[in-house]
Amino acid sequence: MLQATDLNAIRAIITRAKRWDLFFSLLGILSLMIGILTFVVLFVDMAIQGVPRLSYEFFTSFPSRRAANAGILSAWVGTILVMLVTALSAVPLGVAAGVYLEEYAPKNWITDIIEINISNLAGIPSIVYGLLALGLFVYYFGFGQSILTAGLTLALLILPVIIVATRESIRAIPQAIHEASFACGATTWQTVRDHILPYSSAGILTGVIIGMARAIGETAPIITIGALTFIAFLPNAPFSGDPPAGLFDWIFAPFTVMPIQMFNWTSRPEAEFQVNAAAAGFVLVFMTLAMNGLAIWLRYRLRKNIKW
Amino acid sequence: MQVPNVMEAGVEGTVLKAEVRDLDFYYGAFHALKRVSMPIYDRHVTALIGPSGCGKSTLLRCFNRMHDLYPGNRYAGGGIVFHPDNTNLLSPEVDPIEVRMRISMVFQKPNPFPKSIYENVAYSLRVRGMRNKNELDDRVESALKGAALWNEVSNRLGELGANLSGGQQQRLCIARALASDPEIILFDEPTSALDPIATASIEELVTELKEKVTILIVTHNMQQAARISDYTAYMYLGEMVEFGITDQLFIKPQKKATEDYITGRFG
Repeated sequence: MLQATDLNAIRAIITRAKRWDLFFSLLGILSLMIGILTFVVLFVDMAIQGVPRLSYEFFTSFPSRRAANAGILSAWVGTILVMLVTALSAVPLGVAAGVYLEEYAPKNWITDIIEINISNLAGIPSIVYGLLALGLFVYYFGFGQSILTAGLTLALLILPVIIVATRESIRAIPQAIHEASFACGATTWQTVRDHILPYSSAGILTGVIIGMARAIGETAPIITIGALTFIAFLPNAPFSGDPPAGLFDWIFAPFTVMPIQMFNWTSRPEAEFQVNAAAAGFVLVFMTLAMNGLAIWLRYRLRKNIKW
Repeated sequence: MQVPNVMEAGVEGTVLKAEVRDLDFYYGAFHALKRVSMPIYDRHVTALIGPSGCGKSTLLRCFNRMHDLYPGNRYAGGGIVFHPDNTNLLSPEVDPIEVRMRISMVFQKPNPFPKSIYENVAYSLRVRGMRNKNELDDRVESALKGAALWNEVSNRLGELGANLSGGQQQRLCIARALASDPEIILFDEPTSALDPIATASIEELVTELKEKVTILIVTHNMQQAARISDYTAYMYLGEMVEFGITDQLFIKPQKKATEDYITGRFG
């Protein structure tokens, strides 16, 4: 015989048990808000302060002793050029290293040690990279306090991120696709070129952007290698400098970047410079968000044909 | 275990395409194939049956050296002799890519590349250095016809392979395996992810294909082995228990173990 069910007792148990659901979702919302609200408050405060300062002149003027005349021309040009050098050196190196580790490297203890240490590299404080670059690039290789040095330093900094992202997106490709390529008679290189790289490009790109977003805001290593805070000229455009002028003269030019310009302005006593710093910060955040937006769009485009 | 007598099992007019001879294979320390021997006859269908873990897929994947892709796998003795050139496919001197150029494979789950239907089939030809557009077009068309898919896809070759139904995807994979004119095609449980109607069309296709190419098929479905194969090998725990003409093996197995398995008393 079935016992008569005490519905009210069951409902009481459920109500009591569900209190924990309520409790945890409130806790979760709170944690989420602490993160998001802090950013929003900071960003809005910066925007309120800085946006009125934004004007065409702000983007086309060099730094100045007078806050009203100062602009971020050398800073944003410097940031873009440094990022260009960083991307052009870190992406090929990082992707090549990641592909090698996944597809070619023999599985032995040497590979294991390398793998563990790549993750460790990502955790090294950025100022240590700055010190390394000061010794290696600035003095030993004689690159000076140039865009090239800064770009390569930041490239070293984000290399582990790109390697790890490359490996993870390669691992996301199903084993069956991998085997299908080999079963067709492809060599490892053909498999990498025709399948592994095209199918993992969306994930690699995400890693590259995450790395670049970190690099764009880095200040410590750039100061360590001796970036100047007051630059009232632009690097030479290709073929425009003293003869023999070449395509890449600008990579040896002194430079400044956005975060250093901000740092410089915030350390001034005048209130007008604080407004300038807020405006530059707004532009820097906007640059980062634009980069992320581009990444999302590209990832969507690249993943359109891939369903797994 | 006794080496099956090839001549006894053979039928008048059949030609040996390959012979597995005393093959031992290890996954690390695990002895997965134990002195396995069996013949593969030219332009016939040979089925490998047996319970899960018996080594039938392991044996199949020896034929195109798929095991070479992973560390720790070891061919420990014996070999697979390929006729008529008498090459031991498992010899370290033989390049696995050369083996895969001669023996192609269809996998358990349809695994088309995330590329167009055309490019999926053309890939087998591209890795062989074929660049001529007309030649590629012709070969892709004849492979798709051979896989009984041409009529369904001829007007949408540029579409993604993944947009096809499961059965069509598997026939696309068969077309990819067929395009390079292989000497043997390996099928690893090709219908286990398909519905009954798609399964029937794949089985019909296998029966047609044996006019041109030698087929080795792993199946967990004994009825399927009985329907489509000419020869059947029953494996258990890494050993070859019995090899014979399919009709004889299913009607009058020589070994008690085989009889227990095919009558469903075990496995």
